[in-house]
Amino acid sequence: MMRKTVLAGALGTIALAGGVTGPAAAQDDTFKIGVITFLSGQAAESFGVPAWNGGKLLVDMLNEGGKLPAPYDTMGFGGMKIEVVVVDEAGGATKQVQEFRNLVQREEVDAVVGYVSSGDCLAIPPVADELKAFTILYDCGTPRVFEDNSFEYVFRTAAHATMDNVSLARYLKSRDFDVPSFAGLNQDYAWGQDSWADFKGAMSQLYPDAEEKTALFPKFGAGQYGTEISALLREKPALVHSSNWGGDLQGFLIQATARGLHERAQLVLAAGDHVIPQLGNKMPDGIFLGARGVNGLAANARGGELKELTDTMWSAYEAEYDTFPVQAPFRMWQAIFGLKTAVEKAMADNGGTKPTDEQLAAAMTGLAWDAPSGRIEMALAGGHQAIQPNAIGTTKWNTETGKMELVDVEYYNARCVNPPEGMKSADWLAQGFPGAQCD
Amino acid sequence: MDLVATILVDGLIYAGWLFIVSVGLTLVFGVLNILNIAHGSLYAIGAYASASLVGAYFAAGGEAFPYGSYAALILAAILVAVVLGPLLERGLLRYFYGRDEVLNVLVTYAVFLILEDVMKLIWGVNPYFVYEPYTLLGTVEMGSLFYVGYDFAVIGAAIIVGLAVWLTLNRTQIGKVVLAVIHDAEISQTMGVNVKRIYLGAFMAGAFLAALGGALTAPMISVTPGLGVNVIIVAFAVVIIGGLGSVPGAAIGALMVGISRAASVHLLPEAELFIIYFVMAIVLVFRPEGLFAKTQARKI
Amino acid sequence: MMRFSVFTYAAIGFAVLAAGAIVLPDWAMFLFAMALAKGLVCLGIVGMMRGGVVSFGQGLYYCLGAYTATLAANFLGVSDIFLLTLLSAAVCLLVGLVFGPLLSSYRGIFFAMLSLALSMVLYGSLSKMSFIGGTDGLNIGAPTFLGWAPEGRPLQTALYLYVVAIVVISGTLMRIYFDSEQGLITLATRDNELRVEYLGASVRNIMAYNYVFGALLGGIGGTIAAVALGHVDPEFAFWTTSGEFVFVAILAGYLSVPSVFVAAIILEMVRSFSNLYFPNTWQLALGIFLLIVIVALPGGLGSLVSRRKGDPT
Repeated sequence: MMRKTVLAGALGTIALAGGVTGPAAAQDDTFKIGVITFLSGQAAESFGVPAWNGGKLLVDMLNEGGKLPAPYDTMGFGGMKIEVVVVDEAGGATKQVQEFRNLVQREEVDAVVGYVSSGDCLAIPPVADELKAFTILYDCGTPRVFEDNSFEYVFRTAAHATMDNVSLARYLKSRDFDVPSFAGLNQDYAWGQDSWADFKGAMSQLYPDAEEKTALFPKFGAGQYGTEISALLREKPALVHSSNWGGDLQGFLIQATARGLHERAQLVLAAGDHVIPQLGNKMPDGIFLGARGVNGLAANARGGELKELTDTMWSAYEAEYDTFPVQAPFRMWQAIFGLKTAVEKAMADNGGTKPTDEQLAAAMTGLAWDAPSGRIEMALAGGHQAIQPNAIGTTKWNTETGKMELVDVEYYNARCVNPPEGMKSADWLAQGFPGAQCD
Repeated sequence: MDLVATILVDGLIYAGWLFIVSVGLTLVFGVLNILNIAHGSLYAIGAYASASLVGAYFAAGGEAFPYGSYAALILAAILVAVVLGPLLERGLLRYFYGRDEVLNVLVTYAVFLILEDVMKLIWGVNPYFVYEPYTLLGTVEMGSLFYVGYDFAVIGAAIIVGLAVWLTLNRTQIGKVVLAVIHDAEISQTMGVNVKRIYLGAFMAGAFLAALGGALTAPMISVTPGLGVNVIIVAFAVVIIGGLGSVPGAAIGALMVGISRAASVHLLPEAELFIIYFVMAIVLVFRPEGLFAKTQARKI
Repeated sequence: MMRFSVFTYAAIGFAVLAAGAIVLPDWAMFLFAMALAKGLVCLGIVGMMRGGVVSFGQGLYYCLGAYTATLAANFLGVSDIFLLTLLSAAVCLLVGLVFGPLLSSYRGIFFAMLSLALSMVLYGSLSKMSFIGGTDGLNIGAPTFLGWAPEGRPLQTALYLYVVAIVVISGTLMRIYFDSEQGLITLATRDNELRVEYLGASVRNIMAYNYVFGALLGGIGGTIAAVALGHVDPEFAFWTTSGEFVFVAILAGYLSVPSVFVAAIILEMVRSFSNLYFPNTWQLALGIFLLIVIVALPGGLGSLVSRRKGDPT
């Protein structure tokens, strides 16, 4: 029976050995970031992998130095080489919380950049604050993160779902589209529910007479929408809204177009641009969609002051990956550019040493910087939540070039489609967009 | 088109899919007395195999005769059965015959874990899409609703499968032999039946049906890792409701689950997820053998 | 040869594990705390396995305990960890008392399937209850310890020592139960139920007790896991979670209590390193390992440490 104790002791020693000889801590001439994004599963091909492809490309370009226009021509982050640890976001929020703890405590990263899934974005911030770890949420869309709570160490460098859905509603209005009734099919979790709530709210202001028909919430990852499409066809709404993304959006579009839903109702997709490369000409013409910011094709068409930066990143991405960048790499780029700006600002303030989590947080609060998506400003939630401009377009397949294009693109400036500081989006919508600055 | 008819049609479409997916599971349990958790993995492998095969077919110039892709789907399912059937049954499961049924469940659970990763190693982690077969059969108009011809083809396939299995078991020589083995394997062996071959055949049939379910589903969805995990549970529910080992039971179970789910989506979407397991639990509580179970002798 | 009493082993066990609070780095303490919490659930399964039934639905109590604690913390403002544990234990006890008599008449496949169905019912219900988070789940704040509200390393240490204490106490109590009359009758039931009935013991009662203990342990394990993670979601009740508990129970075997926690720690370590180093093969490794254990070590790891004479399995 002594063997039990010996066994326990042996295991304890192994664990200690593992702990003591854990991975090396980051040194002062490198800046180690932990990147978390979908590398497997249905969100990988349309979001996680393109995002990391874009990120990897940018990190390499920064580490070389001088490949980008000012102010991003300096090497790495303030001269420090950027080192990256990449973690797969698959597996659910509980698993991600464990991975986050591992990244911060075992891998000892200097900053975490992550999270496509809104579910993960709700679970991680309290843990980030508990561990006092500087974290950037680069992609997820639920407005709840900073509207229901406030965090010291957590920042989101992209605008949230309210922007996407208000822009959609404004696009409909500015094109004089008639909407006697509308329905929705959204995934049953924070992102889907919030997107629908925001779209409904915006529509009730811009189209007060529109009748809201059915709102369907199939499970995230359901993939098969036969019964739901029947319900939508039965109800005959003039417009069908969906914030589906990844494999769920592809499945829905394939099944819906096969049954002619797109001919009987106008499809509007809050975040639809990312399935364009995979669907090709299977994506019908005439769908109104957004890219959650001036990303992808809309950015390429925009020109203006940021043309050089956008074109540099666009051509590098196309050269490396043989396809054009959709929204996901754009958002990763704006996060990394923001991080670079924050690190260098913190170093300027602290005399040139590697900044601590607290110094990074102080530098990031209220920061503004340029990215291919436009000017990013940390203007909401006390400087923790970003706003950015948006664009909505209509799909049209170009038979000559054999590529999908976005036509009739309309651009919205950040303060037109994002709520103002200190106001919850639901309230902003209910009160008729007070303080919106649209031109 | 009125609500009841819509629910019935949607329910039937879902039930057809459910039946194909579940009948293999009930057959394997009936003959081999094994509740095969890896059934879901076989379904997923069927989906991946058909995605690859159909993709290869079109890449090799199948555009000229797109209906050939349906043959590719079925061929994929056959391949899965022929490769994995003997591998799993002869290579692993036969060492556990006659042992505790729960032990067999654990063995198939281990196989499920292994196959989940094998799929990732062979096909990678990115989604596969094979849309072409889905849209080939055009649309069907019913009242004011439009369905895809493919959905009804699945119902047709389910009916064919059900009839084929039932006829084979009850009207053919080999079927009667199988029934004898189900009732008492030992006596059958003493009467000269090659029980080993019957077991192998039954398992391969079960694997084929699981893979067929996956192959037929692949054109509708994006084939990604983790496909099998949800299917197993739904298949279990159908099989438990209908009775383990009963093919008509699987059909009834599929209809019950299919229609109640369709009704739930149209009428009370909040209950959709929970209704299947709730029905399964109720049936287990009141009639644990299911509605049409095969009789099992109690061991003393 | 001198036989040490179970209390001596408990004391040694506590000392060894508690030493981890000093030597282990933060991430390892968290990992051990999670592993030990899950080990509690597995201990419940082992208790039932000794009676010959395998529950594929312990996730029900794991989830119930976790959600009770989280809801109590978020809506009732309870943050004391002792109180939360007590609350979850009470809730799981009640639910266990309801389902126990029901499930105690089932064996084999049907027991496994019914327990699985019940846990999936909870999963399905929670997934659709958006007002408590739906599939996103809920966050739970850091716990307090009888008024003391630590942060950082002291918090981790306090949580770790709390888990260790609970584990040692439960392990000791379960060992005493296993060696008691009821516990030994449970083993006999595994071998031949009818004869046990004829000898005068009530098999139904024994199975019900074992189930209720499983429910309690599951609930306590779930509470601690929730508090350590800071987050709960309906996945706690999904069948694959329950499957992992069964995996650990099979690995550990039903002969020794410490082996349950050793097996749980092994699984947590593999899982923790897997995402970074071998994300696409760790389940493969687990499956193969499970097969090896089933074939070569039917008594689980525990049989390496103590041999039960004449075990025909």
